[in-house]
Amino acid sequence: MMALDWGPLLISLRLAVVTTLILLVIGLPLAYGLAFSKRRWNFLLESMVSLPLVLPPTVLGFYLLLLFSSQSFMGHFLEKYFGVKVVFSFTGLVVGSVLFSLPFMVNPVKAAFQSFPARLLEASYALGRSKRETFFQVLLPNVRPAVLSGIVMSFAHTLGEFGVVLMLGGNIPGETRVASLAIYSEVENLNYGQAHMYAGVLVCVSMLILGVFYFLNRRAVQIF
Amino acid sequence: MIKIKVKKALVSSRGPFQINIDMNIPGKDLVTLFGPSGSGKTTILRMIAGLTVPDEGLITVDDEVWFDSDKKINRSVQERQISVVFQDYNLFPNMTVRENLRYALQDKKDEGLINEFLEIVHLSGLADRLPATLSGGQQQRVALIRAFLRRPKLFLLDEPLSALDFEMRLKLQDEIQALHERFMIPTVFVTHDLGEIFKLSQRIFVLEEGKISRSGKPGEVFGEDMLSGKFKFVGNILTLEKEDFIYIVTVQIGNNITKVVATEDEARDWRVGDRVLVSAKAFNPIIMKV
Repeated sequence: MMALDWGPLLISLRLAVVTTLILLVIGLPLAYGLAFSKRRWNFLLESMVSLPLVLPPTVLGFYLLLLFSSQSFMGHFLEKYFGVKVVFSFTGLVVGSVLFSLPFMVNPVKAAFQSFPARLLEASYALGRSKRETFFQVLLPNVRPAVLSGIVMSFAHTLGEFGVVLMLGGNIPGETRVASLAIYSEVENLNYGQAHMYAGVLVCVSMLILGVFYFLNRRAVQIF
Repeated sequence: MIKIKVKKALVSSRGPFQINIDMNIPGKDLVTLFGPSGSGKTTILRMIAGLTVPDEGLITVDDEVWFDSDKKINRSVQERQISVVFQDYNLFPNMTVRENLRYALQDKKDEGLINEFLEIVHLSGLADRLPATLSGGQQQRVALIRAFLRRPKLFLLDEPLSALDFEMRLKLQDEIQALHERFMIPTVFVTHDLGEIFKLSQRIFVLEEGKISRSGKPGEVFGEDMLSGKFKFVGNILTLEKEDFIYIVTVQIGNNITKVVATEDEARDWRVGDRVLVSAKAFNPIIMKV
């Protein structure tokens, strides 16, 4: 049996880390906005965030491919002025993954924000604290389990992604071939042994992540 | 001098009504807003705090305008230098007692005050505990001193003692009174409990259906000075028993049960569950419906 090429697994891991970090930065404010905004068109934004839950990933990947291809205005613009090539690159994987895992970060945190007692937020405002201070010192620390859940789910979900990365990344070895795509390629070439190893590693890593998460979550519940 | 003149349309369980009040709080008094639940007390407090926007009106504290619908002035709750103590404590569960108190400081130099205040309410030993591990009375005392540490210009109390048992209420009433006398911060106390009023407030506004129906000193408002009683308690009638030509009235006052004698004339309109004021002159107790 050949030695396993760890490259695709490392790309998967890197993608999951980068995606999760970006989701933390944009997902938490977005969840806050959706939870507390009273704007009438809010439902549209909510639907868009949750769209990846119901759409086949290939649909999302297809539209992103059109949007960012060199022939499109957007793709051309990014390439010419910023030197960023989205399609068939790691950047493309990140863009696709962030959109695809957005509901996994936003929805649990939004739900936790909404069920957090408004009276505690008011108590903080009444002590002269701004919304920003209240967000970081009162709201966020008290919804830690939901944020942790968002992190774990986004991370694990990105690890297991297939359709979006295939459409947008194009399965380029060493660049955009993540573990899930490597399995597909190995099976196509009838290398079942390699496919087995990738699949086995993915199962173990995912199980480990979820196991640790649920273990911690139980402990957290007991502490409260 | 604090002026509050506001209107706001509300919908209660009994249908729509309007809050329409005009009240002045002179000096550094502790005043009470008294009324049954659903009379609009809490909404008025929230409008003073800046948590609810009045439909129209004017709120001024000393020379500062906090709200003026004509001039479109509406200071945010953060800009109004108030403190609010709510019925359900509202301590932040992720912070220890000391961190909760530190969160209220406007000036880092006040850090030393934290220990001083903890001592006033006898909680020095619990500074590093989380709120969830404290009793209701202890939590409310933390909330009380947290509110003082903000150094407010106006102190708002929204039924702060309702969730506590009788003994703890008496204790906290004393502490509120002591803190008020020491720091002389004008205070608005909202309650539906008569017992709290008599002890604490210098002036009472009685609220009915969003309007102030009576106001004045506690005694004036409830006709207390006609009695010149030496001591008085508010309680509930548990039983009314006729014995020959008099009635024996059993009254529950806090955790105590007492029997008081009443004449047939007096007892005619009373029912079990009625709220009564029991007061004693030099010799005999007097009982009257409130």
